[in-house]
Amino acid sequence: MSKKISIVLTGVGGQGVITAANILGKAAVKAKTGVFVSEIHGMAQRGGAVVCTVRMGDVSSPLLPSGTADVLLSTEPVEALRNICYVNKKTKVITDINPVIPFTVAVGGEQYPKLDDLFKEIQTHAELYKIDANKIAKEAGAVITKNTVMLGALAASGVLPFKAEVLLETILEDLPEKYKNVNKKAFDGGMRAIQSA
Amino acid sequence: MVLIMIEITEDKPGKQILLLGNEAITRGALEAGVDVATTYPGTPSSEIADTFSMIAKEATRQKKDPGFYFQYSVNEKVALEVAAAASFCGLRSLTCMKHVGLNVASDTFMTYMYVGCRGGHIIVSADDPYCHSSQNEQDNRYFALFGGAPMLEPTTPQEAKEMTRIGFDISEQLHLPLLLRTTTRLNHARGPIILNVLQKPRKKGYFTKDPLLVTVPSTARAKHPVLLRQLEEAEKLSEKSPFNEIITIGKPKDIGIIASGVSYTYVKEMAEELHLNVRILKLGMTHPIPRTMCEKFMKSCSTLIMVEELEPFLENQFKALAYDSGADVKIYGKSSGHFSRLYEYTPDIVAEAFSKIFKVKNPFPKPVFSKIKVPSRPPSLCPGCPHRATYYAVKKAAPKEAIYPTDIGCYTLGKAPPLEMADVLLCMGSNAGMACGFSVATQQKIVSFMGDSTFFHSGIPPIINAVHHNHDVVITILDNRTTAMTGHQPHPGTPFDGMGRPATLINVEDVVKGCGVQHIEIVDPNKIKETTAAFKRALEFKGPSVVVSKSPCILLEVQRKRKAAEEIQLYHINQEICKRCKTCIGRFGCPALYFAEDGSVHIDAAQCNGCGNCVQVCPFGAISAEGST
Repeated sequence: MSKKISIVLTGVGGQGVITAANILGKAAVKAKTGVFVSEIHGMAQRGGAVVCTVRMGDVSSPLLPSGTADVLLSTEPVEALRNICYVNKKTKVITDINPVIPFTVAVGGEQYPKLDDLFKEIQTHAELYKIDANKIAKEAGAVITKNTVMLGALAASGVLPFKAEVLLETILEDLPEKYKNVNKKAFDGGMRAIQSA
Repeated sequence: MVLIMIEITEDKPGKQILLLGNEAITRGALEAGVDVATTYPGTPSSEIADTFSMIAKEATRQKKDPGFYFQYSVNEKVALEVAAAASFCGLRSLTCMKHVGLNVASDTFMTYMYVGCRGGHIIVSADDPYCHSSQNEQDNRYFALFGGAPMLEPTTPQEAKEMTRIGFDISEQLHLPLLLRTTTRLNHARGPIILNVLQKPRKKGYFTKDPLLVTVPSTARAKHPVLLRQLEEAEKLSEKSPFNEIITIGKPKDIGIIASGVSYTYVKEMAEELHLNVRILKLGMTHPIPRTMCEKFMKSCSTLIMVEELEPFLENQFKALAYDSGADVKIYGKSSGHFSRLYEYTPDIVAEAFSKIFKVKNPFPKPVFSKIKVPSRPPSLCPGCPHRATYYAVKKAAPKEAIYPTDIGCYTLGKAPPLEMADVLLCMGSNAGMACGFSVATQQKIVSFMGDSTFFHSGIPPIINAVHHNHDVVITILDNRTTAMTGHQPHPGTPFDGMGRPATLINVEDVVKGCGVQHIEIVDPNKIKETTAAFKRALEFKGPSVVVSKSPCILLEVQRKRKAAEEIQLYHINQEICKRCKTCIGRFGCPALYFAEDGSVHIDAAQCNGCGNCVQVCPFGAISAEGST
């Protein structure tokens, strides 16, 4: 395969962004696709902004050039906008709609943008898909499955070089039996959300 | 977690698995039959040692032998010495640390090269260009040059594994410890790894005496020329090393690129994307460089482009080589202004430089920017972090102009508003040494801060200095029972070690007492009034005083409660009592508290870790536990 696929995952430290990137990487290995994942650990984990990149196909580098992401997957709206440098008009920006307000807003007098303005700004640069991953996760049975919802949405976006089942299987194999069903529901919920978005 | 562990210890040659660069280094060491691994944790190196620890703990749990001995040592210098001794007994050893850790270990490192090793010894330096998690971005390749260590630099996780595995052989062949120099983008990149056979460790070593291991001046004089001869041998290995190779892109004429480390991956991809016709000399063994190979490559080129992050380490060596060999070659790099000595490289930076040098169009779109201002989101002290309570109490107790020297750990985040409790920071252990200096230089009051792991690492000598010279300082030890920032590793104050075995716990206050400190306060920072009073007493005391602020890391507490199925107490704000005075947000600064659009204050239940300190902070008694009246 000669095509390169670049996915940027963003969110807030503690939201499981690194775990999601790791799952994508494992799914790619399972699908026998070339893959590199880049993460940031340490200081970034204490509630800071987190960015991971996943590149698949015939790639050498774990990082991507600006404006070349196929998907920007964000578990928090402002974090999607923070990483807008990676998108082009064809990039699919899939973002959760639930803000996590940074302490700099409460303490430092910074502003969290109005969500409508934020989404409009993203739309001027890329294709936007908004999902309420918190709600879908809750409906599936556990808020903690939010990342599974996001990965389901990514699988439905059609950019992955392997079937959605491979990704779902990778998510489920690391989980204890009792959590499998709720994660399957969350994944399906994420997929449906994109199909109807 | 468990799954990774099974995979990483599997003896299935040829199997492909996904590993983090750091995990790949651990796997490489296991494939080489490593006997002893030591470290002091530090990002971006931590997962190398954490993986050894995880495997050892699981083995301990199953009452099995992990095959190796592993230790979180008290600091990097001790870590290097423990592993060096094992090497002197013929065992294979690995010591890993972050780049600045090698500064701590450098005294040992420099003379270790004179003495040389017996069993193969890999010293991993994890450098941090861009200072993602560090106080500087020093380029540790100069340590290889400085001390005389052979050095390998991997470009991918797979290569990191192979260089570790084969590095042990190189180290043994040369009788020199080998520096494996990595950077954050390698340590924290995941890629597919092809497993090799796991070699059996040697297990028990034997120390054969040799007077040349004692570096008295006469020995040192005899050993220095030996080191230079060993480096000549190393250069011969470098000439033949498969890690140094030439890669051809397109139909090259006479332009060559020299690249090493993770920048090579950007060079390769961007050369392809820009349809360049070039040859790339990829250097994996970067000390000593294979001078004959480099000279030959240089002489086949009219133009050379040097792509290496941080300092012009290779660039300057190539310039010297060009001078010595009389090569007529134009060298582009840092001094030509095409590449920076700052921060990390990216595919964008490499593409931009190539488009200028080769006069071709950069095919990538100019990055778009948001027209809306995005609020910053720096890391912060967690909700419920006991450090916040300590800082809040000190702020109430100390005069306004007090100086707060800080140290390396989560508590450095106390620099941020509204606490602003960090005034100066150099390196591990520097808080108390600087406190001593401030006390002679100024009349201002001084309260310094360090964590418990930092205290054991390098915080004790400056306390002894403060006692001996009777410096009027307050030294605070934020004792949260763990090495929190790097991922909750144990330290000498914890009752277990990195292999999950029982260990002798050393009490911080006992050591402080032993250092001769006359005024010691031990407080629970979650009792804010008492803590404030204790700091007031410490500040009034003439001479050195120590406050040990003891409360476990809230993340460990929450984890413990979840495991024990204990409820995490939630709190709420009575809107009728709340005067919106902003003390809880504007002074205490807990990130779980927020303003709603109408200006009312609320607690985000998803973020709250249930410490309840906001109840003590509220001047109007508006905050109370859920379920209470």
